[in-house]
Amino acid sequence: MTAPVEADVLIIGGGGAGCSAALHLARRGARVVLLERGLVGSQASGANYGGVRQQGRHPAELPIARRSHEIWRRLPELLGTGCEFVQTGHLKLARNEAEAAELVAYLDVAASHDLRLEFLDGAALRRRFPWLGPAAIAGSFAPEDGSANPRLLSPALARAARQAGATLLEQAAVTACQHEGGRFVVEAGGRRFRAERLLNTAGFWGGQVAAWFGEAVPVRPHTPNMMVTEPIPYVIEPNVGVAGGNVYLRQIPRGNVIIGGGHGMGDPAVPMSRPLAQVTLQAMRRAAALVPALEGVSVIRSWSGIDGMMPDKIPVVGPSGTTPGLFHAFGFSGHGFQLGPAIGAILCELALDGRTETPLEGLSIRRFLAPRPMPAGAAMT
Amino acid sequence: MRLVRLVDQDRPAIRFVLEGQDCSARAGDTLLTAILAGEGSFLRCSEFGDGPRAGFCLMGACQDCRVVVEGLGPVRACATECAPGMVVRRA
Amino acid sequence: MRVAVVGAGPAGVRAVEQLVRAGLRPLWLDEAPDGGGRIYQRPPAGFTRGARALYGLEAAKATALHATLDALKPVTDWRPGTLVWDIGADPRQLHTLREGRAAAQDVDAAILCTGAMDRVVPLPGWTLPGVTTLGGAQIALKAQGCAIGRCVAFLGSGPLLWLVAYQYMKAGATIAAVLDTTPFATKAQALAGLPHDPATLAKGLYYVARLRAAGILVAEGVTPLAIEGEGERGVTALHWRDAAGRERWLDCDALGLGWGVRPELQLADLAGVPIRFDPVQHNWVPERDAMGRTSVRGIYLAGDGAGIGGADVAEMAGACAAQALLADAGLPADAALVRRLQARLRRQARFRAALERAFPFPAQLAASMPDETILCRCERVTAGELRAAAEPEGPQGAAPEVNRAKAFTRIGMGRCQGRVCGMAAAEVLAARLGCGVAEIGRLRGQAPVKPLPFIAAPEAEEAA
Repeated sequence: MTAPVEADVLIIGGGGAGCSAALHLARRGARVVLLERGLVGSQASGANYGGVRQQGRHPAELPIARRSHEIWRRLPELLGTGCEFVQTGHLKLARNEAEAAELVAYLDVAASHDLRLEFLDGAALRRRFPWLGPAAIAGSFAPEDGSANPRLLSPALARAARQAGATLLEQAAVTACQHEGGRFVVEAGGRRFRAERLLNTAGFWGGQVAAWFGEAVPVRPHTPNMMVTEPIPYVIEPNVGVAGGNVYLRQIPRGNVIIGGGHGMGDPAVPMSRPLAQVTLQAMRRAAALVPALEGVSVIRSWSGIDGMMPDKIPVVGPSGTTPGLFHAFGFSGHGFQLGPAIGAILCELALDGRTETPLEGLSIRRFLAPRPMPAGAAMT
Repeated sequence: MRLVRLVDQDRPAIRFVLEGQDCSARAGDTLLTAILAGEGSFLRCSEFGDGPRAGFCLMGACQDCRVVVEGLGPVRACATECAPGMVVRRA
Repeated sequence: MRVAVVGAGPAGVRAVEQLVRAGLRPLWLDEAPDGGGRIYQRPPAGFTRGARALYGLEAAKATALHATLDALKPVTDWRPGTLVWDIGADPRQLHTLREGRAAAQDVDAAILCTGAMDRVVPLPGWTLPGVTTLGGAQIALKAQGCAIGRCVAFLGSGPLLWLVAYQYMKAGATIAAVLDTTPFATKAQALAGLPHDPATLAKGLYYVARLRAAGILVAEGVTPLAIEGEGERGVTALHWRDAAGRERWLDCDALGLGWGVRPELQLADLAGVPIRFDPVQHNWVPERDAMGRTSVRGIYLAGDGAGIGGADVAEMAGACAAQALLADAGLPADAALVRRLQARLRRQARFRAALERAFPFPAQLAASMPDETILCRCERVTAGELRAAAEPEGPQGAAPEVNRAKAFTRIGMGRCQGRVCGMAAAEVLAARLGCGVAEIGRLRGQAPVKPLPFIAAPEAEEAA
């Protein structure tokens, strides 16, 4: 094999996080090579629901979500396209008293992160959103949130990154990865690449990358069951979710309603994923309970993709616990789409500056690592 | 009228409702035939502003003959027999 | 053993016949109310035309198939009017929709006989009322006794073009013209000296001769330019160029068009059967062996849905697929029958290859369609919008294959899921990217196979 391609930073995984990192790094003049097994944005980043939501997030994620929100608003100047991002608001609904209590409890979390929410009781809810059915008894509305087209974001980030000088290689699966002499050597697509810094943005497969460096974590494949209806008159403006999250839906101005809920099936080794018929039918029922007008409509397509689910449902973001120069951002547990743009900015700072202003408490990979057994030699003394 | 009844048309008349209008068809007509051989010149409008549609494949594949039948929901007009009293909308 | 057969056309009927003969009682699902497939579709009750009027030279075959179909209904679990909208892997489940209700059926094996639909090339104006596929024009007449208009033009290439025109003429319809995009020389060259199926050839020549004798305008080697018309009035004319290069206008109020057929392979795709591009057929076809076995355990394919062969081939392939299933299940199989059918299928395959050369898919016509042509009629995506998705300077960069182009433009994302426009879209994209159509890929199958109404979903088990 010929001499390795030298770079400042290597990135494994071309989803929203990886492509955004490539863009931010290239804009700061770093030599960056991103390696993607398929096409950019093929799995979780491209197949997700398209929710761009801060409401309801775990407090550990909120600082990243807040930062990402600012980037989403600037996408047109950053990328030359807004990726259909619209701030329609996110409406989180309660269907019983317990769910309503959950919404109320979150109001304090949001307030402590300057996230504005409006709580709506049943009557206010139906006045404002007359298309809602009787199933919803209360709601919490986040006016800054919205949605975007997930199929566009990663390719748009990738194109901007390439324009800024980054090298993004698609159909380039990583076949070997080592850290030797303070540098990472990665083999992909029959070539070798070498750099002092390595970013792990490999989604579900980020668990494998971490394991190569002695940081095996309990990440599971997550395959959201997604579907879309035929176009119908545009009435559902906000992105709609429920406490508990077993169904979520949004309508695009063209008229199609995008609905998610439950899990399909998948095999990360292929990789392949697909929705399950029974899950699709169940999500259809739940969606129609929220929006009765759907009763006269058909679902025309369904799909899934593979994300990484962590046991605590929040991602791994931050420096490696074992290997200097390695930074992780994976396991977004089904809600990484909104975070992707900021994750790229944060990883860029970590890789080039060794630090970031954005708090990452609670997201370190160390939370999954057992305390190291004392080396045998040390124990002897 | 768009479809021309040529042969085998000696069948009993039936009535159905299209967009609130009482319409005539013949027993054994599909909804597509009932509408396009009767008063209607189209089945639906493109959602994207490029005009009326009147089916295309007539074999249940292209989905361009979608109409809504009360009680059945959205159906393919080419593959749904027009039953007496059916209430049909173009939306 | 629970065995299902999906489809009750020529392939499905002959598959079920063999299964029943072996003592099985298969679950038999078909979308149509009374089986028969598209070719031998029967009109509803109350229509009185006989088989000769409905099926012409194929009347004997149609009558025989119907007789078998009717005899098999009581000895099978016969479910007409039933769509299979998804197929699950583990357990093997067929997800069905019947009378607005969704249900699931566990099966151990299934023979998919899902048939074909017209292969079309979009033209400017093809979404106008009055434009149908050739197959659609035929069904209007056969199953409903109607012509698609008062003055009908037929455009395309392939045996169906001439057959439908002939049937319209016989039924008393006014035919504006029959326009074949394939030059006469191409057909003559491909068919000369290949008398593998002289009957089929003779029938084709007979139809052409009768149309010409009736004084109907018949032209070969034509190039369609645009369908003209407006709004609810629909089609008013066809703008075309003749073989000599002259631009011409043809007055008509309806147009049937089509260029051969393509397999309806969505269920095979959802079942996980690998799909390959067949350059002879110029179609994506599911991979199967000569008996209809696939690499997916328990999934067998027969008929046009398994690769285009026509009705006679479908009947034989259906019987073979059933025999393969029986043999694989350790049930008594009829080896002599299989040997006989396989020999005939091999002869038919040679004839089919000649037919494909005689009536090639007009890839260039598709690739060169004007930018303003609505390519995807479901989502109203134009050819120009698709070409823009191939531009490296676009906001998302160039789409290197058709599913990425779908993601950027919504082409093939509509109700038909790219059944209608997918082939032409691939030609447009391949031409713009400068690569072969096989490299562009195909729009992958996604459930539901056809739209699934919300009212079909059974009540959720939990209260909100």
